[in-house]
Order: sequence, then C-alpha cells, then structure tokens
Amino acid sequence: MEKRVTFSKWTVGILFAVPQLLLIFTFFYWPAGQAVYWSLTLQQPWGGGNIWVGLDNFRSILSSADYWNSITVSLVFAAISTGIVMFVALVLAALTDRQLTGSRFYRVVLIWPYGIAAPALALAFRFILAPEAGFMAVVNQAWPGFWDPGLDGVDAMASIIAAFSWKYIGYNFIFFLAAFQAIPRSLIEASAMDGAGVIRRFWDIQFPLITPTIFFLLVINITESFQDSFGIVDIMTSGGPANATNLMVYKIYSDGFKGLDYSGAAAQSIILMLLIIVLTIFQFRFIERRVHYR
Amino acid sequence: MVERTPILNFVTHLVLFIGFVLAVAPFAIVAIAASHNLKDVNDVPMSLLPGSDFWLNIKTAWTTADLGPKLLNSFIMATGVAAGKVIISALTAFSIVYFRYPGRTFIFWLIFITLMLPLEVRIVPTYAVVANVLSPYQTILDVTGLSWLIEKISGVRIALSFGLLNSYTGLILPLIATATGTFLYRQFFLTVPDELTEAARMDGAGALRFFIDILLPLSRTNMAALGTIMFLWAWNQYLWPLLITTDQSHATAVTELKQLIPNIGGIPEWNIAMAGTLIVMLPPLIVVVAMQRWFVRGLIATEK
Repeated sequence: MEKRVTFSKWTVGILFAVPQLLLIFTFFYWPAGQAVYWSLTLQQPWGGGNIWVGLDNFRSILSSADYWNSITVSLVFAAISTGIVMFVALVLAALTDRQLTGSRFYRVVLIWPYGIAAPALALAFRFILAPEAGFMAVVNQAWPGFWDPGLDGVDAMASIIAAFSWKYIGYNFIFFLAAFQAIPRSLIEASAMDGAGVIRRFWDIQFPLITPTIFFLLVINITESFQDSFGIVDIMTSGGPANATNLMVYKIYSDGFKGLDYSGAAAQSIILMLLIIVLTIFQFRFIERRVHYR
Repeated sequence: MVERTPILNFVTHLVLFIGFVLAVAPFAIVAIAASHNLKDVNDVPMSLLPGSDFWLNIKTAWTTADLGPKLLNSFIMATGVAAGKVIISALTAFSIVYFRYPGRTFIFWLIFITLMLPLEVRIVPTYAVVANVLSPYQTILDVTGLSWLIEKISGVRIALSFGLLNSYTGLILPLIATATGTFLYRQFFLTVPDELTEAARMDGAGALRFFIDILLPLSRTNMAALGTIMFLWAWNQYLWPLLITTDQSHATAVTELKQLIPNIGGIPEWNIAMAGTLIVMLPPLIVVVAMQRWFVRGLIATEK
C-alpha cells in the first residue's frame, strides 16, 4: 500500500532513514558479510591474516560427528518443546475464550512467565529440578537414581525443554487468544443455533480459522528455540552431559569464544542463518496471505 | 456462552486452574526457597511454608553478585535500547512511508531483511565489529584505495579504531540494529488519513513539523507498546552482554546470575541463588504487570 499524499523534499526523507541505515550496515550487514568471509577462510586468532580455504570449513564441520549431534539435539529440542508449548497454549486459549467467570484473570496471569529472562527462569528450574534438593529430590528419594540431569542426557534435555516451554506457553497463549477473539461471535452463535456443540464448533469453525496463527507460531517457536535457548542451556546444563544439550547456538558460542575457532564458528553461523532464512521465507508465504494493512 | 454445559464448564475451570498453578508455581517456589535458611532449603521435601530468612538472603545475594550496580547497568541498557528503538524506528518509518525517492523500495528491503537474522546467529562477527566499530569503514577505505591515496597526499596514515567493548554504547547499539519497530510504525502510519497530511501541508507545515506535531503525538500508543516490548527484550538479553562485558563493572544483572549457581561439591546455597533470581525476575515482572495492555498489544503488533 502506498500513500497518496507525500512530501516533496526527498533529500530530507533520506536523511530520516540515515541513522537506521548506518546502524544496520555496521552491526548487521557488515558482520553478516564478515561471517561469510570467515567461513571461507582460516583465521588465526592471534593475527597473521586469513588463508583462503574455500569450503573446507564447511566440509570439516559437516563431517564432524559433534556437529551432527548438535543439529540432532537442536531439532529434538525444537520439535518437542514446540509441540508441548503449542498444544498447551492452544488448549488454554480455547478454554479462556469461552469467557466463563474468571477468564479475565487467567488472561492476565498466564502471560507472566514470558516476561522473565531465560537465564533467571533457568536458574529457578535448575533448583526445582535439582536431583539433590528441590522437587525432583522427592522422586529420587522414592526411586534412587531416577532423575539426574547432571549425568543423564535425557534428563538434561527434559529439564531445558521444561524451562523453555514454561516461558513460551504464555507467549503462544497471547497469539492464540487474539486469534480466537478475532473470530466473529455471530459465526459461533449461528452454529450453536444449528445445534453444534462446543467441541464440534471448535473443530469445524474455530480451529480452521486460526490455522494461519498456528503456522505462524510454529515457525516463531522453532526459530526462538534456536535462539532463546542459549541462556537456558548455559545456566542449566552448559551443553552437557556429554553434549546431550549442546544446541547449535551454544556450540557456536563455545567453539567461537571458548575454542577460539572463529572460522568454524562462522561456518556454523552461516548454516544456522540459512536454516532460519528458509524458515522465515516459509513463514512469509503464510503471513502474506494474512496481513492486511487496512 | 449460549448453552448450558455444566460438565464442560467444570473441565474448563479445572484445566485453566491447573494452567494457572503451573504458571505461578515457579514464582512461588523461588520466593519460598529464598526465605529459607541453608538447612531448610535443602530439606527433602522442602517446606512450602515461608521461612524467616528472606531479607537476610536477599541481602546476601545482593552483595555476593553485586546486584546494585548490575541492576543499574541493566536498567541503562534496557532504557537505552527501548528509547533508541522508539526514536530511530519512527524516523525510518516516516522516511519510508511519507517520501518518494529513488531507492526507497531498496531501503525498505534492506531493513526488512534484518528481521530474518537475530543477533544470536551472527554473534561472532558482530563481536569483532564492536571491538573496533570503525573497522568496516577502515576496510572500505583500504579496499577502495582511498587510504593509500590519502596517505600519499597528506602523509597521514589512517588507522580508524574505536572499541566499544565494555561500554553502554557497545551494549545498546547492536541491539537496536534490527527492524522490529520500523514495521510497527509503518503499519500505523499507513492508517493515518491522507486528509490530515493535506491539511497540515495546506497550513504550511513542512515534513519535520508534520512529523513532530502531528504524527508523533498520534503514535503515542505505538510508542508505549514498542517501548515496553523492547525494554523487556533488552533487559532479558543474555548472550550479548555476556560476551562484550569482560569487565565486571559493565556486566548486567542477568549475566551476574551465573555467579550464584552453587558449585558441585560446594555449599548448596540455593536459598541465596533463589533470592538473586527473585531480584532479577522482579523488574520485568513489574513491567509486564503494570504495562499489560501495551505489552500484549506490542507483542502482537511487532511480530506481524
């Protein structure tokens, strides 16, 4: 959509955009380009220039079992947490949308977890799920050795999934609720008149009408699970035990800043970037049909 | 809503109540654990009745992690990012919507693409840029041969260097360099009636006057929504502050939490850790509760 009435002094117009353009050039496009350059060269951390190595960095990354482990772990994390988060949020939003007494209260409270910083809630969950104190300790007392995220990879993965899901249920809830409330009441009343019960109405009217939101949240949750998981992993498991929770962003961080392998980290960044770009393009195909500026 | 469904209503209340308990329980557990002494917090099962050491634990956490200055740092960073976003995005959206100039669509896409790649995935090179923020310009001068030219003519060798590690600017600027807010404003500006612009121009207002006296006051709700979201987002940043604040004096409250994790084999001071967690959780929680309306609005609007 375009404006009919505009201002004629376009030099002034460009000036308005200059601050943003400078910022994104310096802190977005340059680093992104740099990442491409680094991924194709071998950088020595102590200086001495870069050697052109072509696609060798990618080759060594893609032939490393650690990296494939990291991809698998990330995908498992993304799939399970997205599934839990969306299912729970959808149920809660659908029920809140029935607008029984108290629904306004739930609308307010269920959003709170989303405001909390990932590392802070990670520390809280680390305590709650600690094997020797907190609440899983009770289970451990009944079945000794049942739960230990410090030693068992599956337990560690379950812990970070729990922490991440807790935060993002509130976020998904907001979007689902907004989508439900955008459905005209008259539609639902009409089908109620025709004798459709609550569950029938949900599957035949509400669910089809919120599918765009479902697709949108699907992509958002997957991308967020790649990014926002860093704080959770760093506080709760540090990628362990035995790389069981070494998610992609965490591996980039530890390879780049702890292992000082800039080229390897850059190659991993590029792969992650491509993955996210593909997801985003996929998302815009659905979003484009949905957003109307008027 | 339109019929009597007693059983379903009961189930609805039950499920929502369980959801409520799950959402609030971690907050409650953190608060209760923060009030116990060292022995009680490690009891299995931990007593759910609050202990008496709440203020003592808060005080210990406060001094151990040096939270006073860290909270101030977090606050400066979050406010800086929120303010910068609110102002810069408004300027850019105004330029994109209200002017016609060559390359406008190109600029639009240039900004649009930044939505795709969050800071986390390009963290390594961004760090290198912030270590010397003028390095892109130095490289451009070198590659184009300009610095050679200048050296030949004036005899001055250009070595641009300006590090932003351990500074508020370094913390804030890269977090502003995305497009989120721009599209929020753009959507809103597109709904502002053209008649308003015409009337303003008729009365002799230029672009700047129109922007400041008419458009900005109209966008107040958008500014509140965007400001709230950005404040929370910046407050909760972890990876970026962790990297660029090698010096303790610039660390933020969220990165300081790491100091409070009890060591394996050390004293399990979970009560102190939870007291610290509570302190760090509280400011964003207050913002969410107080600004609920703007928060929800901003979330839904910025993600579209």
